Order: sequence, then structure tokens, then C-alpha cells
Amino acid sequence: MIQINDIYKTFGDNEVLRGITATFEAGKNNLIIGGSGSGKTTLLKCIVGLHEPTKGDVQFDGQQFTAMSFEERVPIRKEIGMLFQNSALFDSMTVEQNIMFPLNLFTNMSTSEKQDRANFCLERVNLKDKNKLFPAELSGGMKKRVGIARAIAMEPKYLFVDEPNSGLDPKTSIVIDELINELTQEYKITTVIVTHDMNSVMGIGDHIIFLHQGQKAWEGTNKEIAHTDNQDVNDFVFASKFTQAAREKL
Amino acid sequence: MFQTLGRYLLLVRLSFRKPEKFSVYWAEVMREMVSIGVGSMGIISIISVFIGAVATIQVAFQLSSPLVPRSIAGSIARDSTILEFSPTISALVLAGRVGSSIASQIGTMRVTEQIDALEIMGVNAPGYLIAPKIIAGITMIPVLVIYSMVLGILGGYIACAVTGTIAPAEYLMGLRDGFNAVIIQVALTKAFVYGFIITSVCAYQGFYTSGGALEVGQSATTGVVYSCIFILFADLIISGAML
Repeated sequence: MIQINDIYKTFGDNEVLRGITATFEAGKNNLIIGGSGSGKTTLLKCIVGLHEPTKGDVQFDGQQFTAMSFEERVPIRKEIGMLFQNSALFDSMTVEQNIMFPLNLFTNMSTSEKQDRANFCLERVNLKDKNKLFPAELSGGMKKRVGIARAIAMEPKYLFVDEPNSGLDPKTSIVIDELINELTQEYKITTVIVTHDMNSVMGIGDHIIFLHQGQKAWEGTNKEIAHTDNQDVNDFVFASKFTQAAREKL
Repeated sequence: MFQTLGRYLLLVRLSFRKPEKFSVYWAEVMREMVSIGVGSMGIISIISVFIGAVATIQVAFQLSSPLVPRSIAGSIARDSTILEFSPTISALVLAGRVGSSIASQIGTMRVTEQIDALEIMGVNAPGYLIAPKIIAGITMIPVLVIYSMVLGILGGYIACAVTGTIAPAEYLMGLRDGFNAVIIQVALTKAFVYGFIITSVCAYQGFYTSGGALEVGQSATTGVVYSCIFILFADLIISGAML
């Protein structure tokens, strides 16, 4: 479980996050949604420690992450997997080397054990036999799946996903969503997903927080979001005529 | 300026924090040594031979007085090659070749979130990315400078043999005449310092890149320009202090 308490983040005079408090439970897909510039990615970066919050704290299973030094954070970081918006695979390494990278640094596994683990992770994301390819040789969807394989290589307790569907066609987006959902359920991972994809919201949104102008404007599930009275949420979720029509049928 | 200097010093200090796993870092150091050392041998060979040859021809041209022995051209070409041309000209060329590569490589990793990925994993990103490059720079650039000295002197010999400005025997006599080993110490000190400057300054520029492809290019250019300026400052300071 991850708990964030009263998170503020300011860049110069620009207050991006204003007092966000939320709890993300294990085994659930926790979605952070909101319009562009609402502070979704900044919140995610504050949670994982890529940005330091101006005020507030983040707790991973009761451990005060924000107050920790770099060295103190390492044991928690080993339990974190993250899929970046552009996958962030290491260009100079093959698919297999990308997945084995955290294993090389943080485990004492033998080379064959590491290869077995990499093969298992690749099989899990349906990319068997792609071990020797370089990231430049992969499609956008394949890169995302390799990113997921790398993220789960260390058997994480916490999985963070930044815009998993950006740049993907609708079919591949659903494949990625289903994969994240399966992993979350199977390994009881605390998954936090930043997205503005409505298919993801309705499909896998076990717990959703909606950000508006740096504040938490709404919180609920994918079933509740269709019937909320919150005008900001409705303006965001049902922005198109297609989604408005779909809502009327619900 | 002081803020930039402070940030640079902190980054260098962070780079030398205890590695997560020595064997992984050692492999990176070896890879960087091959990239910086072996990868630069071609360009260093070409510039060294030509600079040695040109230096010898020009010195011989200026020594027109019958009172000065022709062999002195060998001594002057040797000293200027060892003291200045091999370390400093090589370093300026290496700033362009190695420095721009380091800044653009690290800068690209920054803008494509690869550095964030390292940090999320709990890896000390400056240590993993920058320390191996600095270690490779301070070891391989002195090796390249020694290689350049040999080729520069050889270039002078070839110029004598081909143009006949000085007899090769006189050139060889000049090379052996009045040799002071301190010039080798000075040259290697310069090479060590230049190696540190090129790798650390360009890595700093790359590490703090923000934006996209345009900014990566700007970081590489800034890294090379600053490296060249610091190399010339260091040249002056080391020459003044050691000679």
C-alpha cells in the first residue's frame, strides 16, 4: 500500500500540486487521471522520488519514503518497477540485457538464472524469442511490453506506469492494459497508472483519482465515474459526443 | 557561475560514490576505455604525423643562419611536439570527438528518461554513467598522448626524408641532443588533467540537459566549447607551474 499525504509541489512561482492526499492499495489498478497540465506526471514523479515534494510525504507500506536519503531509499527502489511513457529502454543494450540490467546490479544470480528470469519475463509479456533485438528494432507496443518485462524482472511490490497507451493503436492499448491488470492481480502489486485514456479508465480503473488544477477533484471507481455529478470530471471524461452517447446507454 | 561550479563539483563527487556492484562498473570502464582509447587512435595518428612533419619543416625553414647547426631543428620539433602539440592539440581534437559523444549520449539518455529509469531502479546514475568515462579519460588520454608523441616525431623524420629540408641523420642527432625528461612529466600531467576536463565537463553538460533533440545538440556544443577553454587555461597553468 502507498499513502501520499498533503503533497505540494512548486516549480518557481508555479504551484503544480496543491495538497493531494490519497491511498493506493495493493492488488488494485490505481489510476491518476486529469487533463494536460493538471499535475498527473508530477505527482507520479513525487511518489517515486524523481521530484522531491515541496511539502507532504509519501509512505510505502508505512515507511516514510520522502524523508529518506538516497542510500536509505535503495531497498524500496528495488521493489519498484516503472514503465515510462516512452519506455526508456537502454538503447545500447539488447532486450535481454535491458531486462537483466537490474538483476546484474542487485542480485547474485548466475548468468543462466538471469537469462531464465529474462526469458520468463519476456514470455509473460508475449515477446518470446525477441531477446537479441535492440530497442530500435522494436515497434512502440513491443517497446512498452519490454518496458513492462524490465519493470517486473525484480518481482516488484509497486508498479508505476506513465501513460501506457500513448502512441499506441486501440488494440495494442487494450493488450497493454490487460497485461498490467493481469500482473497486478497475479502478483498483488500496488499499481499506479497515470493516464488520460478513457478505455483504460473504464476497463481497469479499480480506483481512480481525478486531478484538476493541481488538486484532487474527485475519487472513486470506474463504475462510479459514469454517474458522478462532478462537473470537472464529466467535462473531462465525457468530452466527446461518442462518450456522451455511451454514457446515456449505461 | 558559483552555482554552476558547485553543481559540477557535487556531480563529480556523486559520480565516485561506492558502486552498487563493482564488476558491472568495471565492465563499463573497460567499454569506455575501448571507446575513448582505441576509437580515437585513427584521428590521433593522422593529426600527429602531419603536425610533427609540419613543425619540423617550419622550424627548419626559420633556422636559416649558417651559425646555427641544422640538427637543432630536431631538438625544437621534439620539444614542441612533446610539450605542446601532442598533449594540447590532441586534447582539443579529443574534446570534439570524445567530449561531444559523451555529452550527446548522456543528454539523450536524460531526455528519453533513461536516466530516470536508472534512478528508479536505485542505481546511482552519475556513478554508473560518468565515473567510468572519467576513469577511462584520465587513463586513455595519457596513453593516446604518448602514442601521439611517437607518431609526431616519426612524422618529422618522414618530412626530413621526403623533403630533404634537413638530413634525416641531423634530425635524429637533434632528437637526442639536450633531452630533459621533465618535458615528458609535463606532457603526461597535461594529458591527465585534459582527460578529466573533457570527460567531466561534457558529462556535466549532458547530465543536466533538459528539453529535446535541440537541447542535446546545444549541450554537446557547450561541452566541447567549455572543454576547449578549460584545456587552454590548464595548459597555461601547468606550463607556468612545471617549467
